[in-house]
Amino acid sequence: MDMPLPNPIVLSRKAELVARLLTVLPRDAVIEDEMETRAYECDALTAYKCPPLLAVLPRSTTEVSDILRICHNMNVPVVPRGSGTSLAGGALPTADCVILGVARMNDVLETDYANRVIRVQSGRTNLSVSGAVAEEDFFYAPDPSSQLACAIAGNIAMNSGGAHCLKYGVTTNNLLGVTMVMMDGEIIEIGGAHLDSGGLDLLGVICGSEGQLGVVTEATLRILHKPEGARPVLVGFDSNEVAGACVSDIIQAGVLPVAIEFMDRRVTEVVENYAHAGYPLCEAVLIIEVEGSEAEIDAQLALIREIAERHNPIEFREAKDADEASRIWLGRKSAFGAMGQINDYMCLDGTIPVSSLPMVLRRIGELSKEYGLDVGNVFHAGDGNMHPLILFDANKDGDLELCEAMGAEILKLCVEAGGCLTGEHGVGIEKRDLMGYQYEPADLDAQMAVKDIFDPKWLLNSAKVFPLNLSDAKRSARIAAE
Amino acid sequence: MKPTSEAELADLISSVKAPLCIRGGGTRLLGPIEGEVLETSGLQGISLYEPGALTMVAGAGTTLDEIGAALKAENQRLAFEPPDLRDVLGTTGASTIGGVAASNASGPRRISVGACRDFMLGVRFVDGAGIVAKNGGRVMKNVTGYDLVKLMSGAFGTLGVLSEVSLKVMPKVEIQLCLRIEGLNAKQAVAAMSAALGSPFEVSGAAQDLDGAVVLRLEGFDASVRYRADKLTQVLAGFGTVEILDDQAQCDTLWRDIRDARGFTGSTGDLWRVSVKPGDAPELIDALGAHAVLLDWGGGLMWVDMPKRTDLRARMSVPGHATLMRSDDKGFEQVARFHPQAAPLAKISARLRARFDPKGLLNPGLMGDVA
Repeated sequence: MDMPLPNPIVLSRKAELVARLLTVLPRDAVIEDEMETRAYECDALTAYKCPPLLAVLPRSTTEVSDILRICHNMNVPVVPRGSGTSLAGGALPTADCVILGVARMNDVLETDYANRVIRVQSGRTNLSVSGAVAEEDFFYAPDPSSQLACAIAGNIAMNSGGAHCLKYGVTTNNLLGVTMVMMDGEIIEIGGAHLDSGGLDLLGVICGSEGQLGVVTEATLRILHKPEGARPVLVGFDSNEVAGACVSDIIQAGVLPVAIEFMDRRVTEVVENYAHAGYPLCEAVLIIEVEGSEAEIDAQLALIREIAERHNPIEFREAKDADEASRIWLGRKSAFGAMGQINDYMCLDGTIPVSSLPMVLRRIGELSKEYGLDVGNVFHAGDGNMHPLILFDANKDGDLELCEAMGAEILKLCVEAGGCLTGEHGVGIEKRDLMGYQYEPADLDAQMAVKDIFDPKWLLNSAKVFPLNLSDAKRSARIAAE
Repeated sequence: MKPTSEAELADLISSVKAPLCIRGGGTRLLGPIEGEVLETSGLQGISLYEPGALTMVAGAGTTLDEIGAALKAENQRLAFEPPDLRDVLGTTGASTIGGVAASNASGPRRISVGACRDFMLGVRFVDGAGIVAKNGGRVMKNVTGYDLVKLMSGAFGTLGVLSEVSLKVMPKVEIQLCLRIEGLNAKQAVAAMSAALGSPFEVSGAAQDLDGAVVLRLEGFDASVRYRADKLTQVLAGFGTVEILDDQAQCDTLWRDIRDARGFTGSTGDLWRVSVKPGDAPELIDALGAHAVLLDWGGGLMWVDMPKRTDLRARMSVPGHATLMRSDDKGFEQVARFHPQAAPLAKISARLRARFDPKGLLNPGLMGDVA
């Protein structure tokens, strides 16, 4: 993976940068030791590593502003970091960058049940936002798989989704306001506790901008009362195609499950060996969860059963108690870990129209044979958000490259099917150079124009999202102007 | 000017040098805009509709009527229920999906399912330099690059003229029920609506109409809706007698009237649309000295009938923003239609407009100045 060459001027001014940062930060907030900066050398896309020049761990919006102003003045690139759980390399450093980690900014600033909002510092973890309102039986809806660890800052940067977003939407649908620091240190407030924006929807474009437009330090989030109950069912089919058709029928029937998850035979086998969840070994397993009171759940599941039975499932297993419910989810939740036990894998994230599911799954199977790499499919079927896991051996020469080439083929396939490169993980460095498959030059120009306006020097996380050859010109212009 | 294709639209914008007034069906006009009228109603037609994938793609000039008819045939709908403002604004014509998208027109269901912008999956547009671009796509989850779909939604054409919109559609519900409580003041009304919206019973509409009655909407499968109506009645017992309206046509009319702010049709004052934190609405009502106020979105959206040429914003004692929806020419001259943004945001917005509309052609002056 190509990254921009470090700017030698920045590298040579490390001592001066540290000295300046120490005028605004306490000693323990500046990490300069080469052993310690290694902790920030990668995120969850561990195939790529590069220790940053420095890491800083501010505790307040003011400190973030001071840091950014100093970096802006010295032309130092900055890579913002939440909890470092990005699967797309969104927090991968360059050797000349400052990692700005928001992990110490994790306070709850205000909870307001009457208006159904919570205001938090952005380093707070996703799950602990729900934790902060659990006493009143409220929760924050977006639930990425990494929710125990991932930070709201990263959720906003990547517009994160999760298994339950079929019903509740993704981050952008649940974000009402932010405090954000611009690269030049200016602090801005966008939105608030009210529902819609006055003027241009700047909040909408900041959410999902992968930390390239500013550093979000505080966020106002919508919270909801928990449903009275929830119950999953497991449905097994002997063909992917039929499972896909069943998903489509359920959605069209007007039942709104909170989640419809899909696992293919390869994943089911691995998971069964690992977690012993008691899954049937068949071509496709769907896990469908509905919410409400006992009676409402019964009614929805009766309808889902009726629809599923039209497709001749080989099994329809309803959870009769909490234990069975947790066993149904156990397999799905351990899928990534189980796959990781048997091999290294690369997790893709393309989204397709639900109607194209059978075709895309068939084609992925063919690509798997062509490339000689095993693939398991486990994903959010309700909204067509695929997660093909390509298995490879990181210790085998050329295997990673082969895997990446195959991944690119699958993502192109998603785009051809009417879908997109990434549904919830973000572009990062991983899909950066594939953007041309989805977007024309004019489409990318329009996006890069927004970056020009928020961060004219292209200092913030600038080697991500856009093809490197396009963003290189922006960085070169800045360096030439120094 | 009425281009009939995106290419024609692009050619046209490339060649013109004088300001344009961008118009879909002309039903949501926010007062007079200088410039030759550019109508998008020629960019017409549904190009893709997959009920099983809950997706529709249509030309920006496609009428809401056509979209509604296609959806109805599949028992589906636009869940964000775009308001029809013809009566209250005194406009005629046929609302277009481009106009809905450009104005982020969202109805009472905003509080549960989201706004128009939350259902927009993709856009194609022509910017002020005549360049065609697209963003997003036609799938439910998409974080590929920046979300310019949101930026274009609610930009009122000032960053580009929409040529195509891709939408998430939803199945219709089996039934709805309305719960009604009379005789509450604004403070009690917002408290009642907050209690309802803070319950697990999935309220999809919460308003206080011009007669002071709080109305709440429940939707879904019959048994579920009735169960929730029963539970919600218990939650609201302390606020007064809860009447349940079961007549479907009556419920439809009731929510249509709230959605479209019909109660203000023919009223003599200026009409404002104010967005606030719901709990702040009662205080603001006290401060405004309005003729009448309709509360929607649990109190978070206020439709306010103010004495003519009164700048409501000068009386805003709480955070939020206000849009002047209806006035006379003189009123629009004196008071800006959109709430002035805080200086740092105004600066960013002006730069965005300067970049996407370098010649200052697209609805100039409507949303503030260009950098």
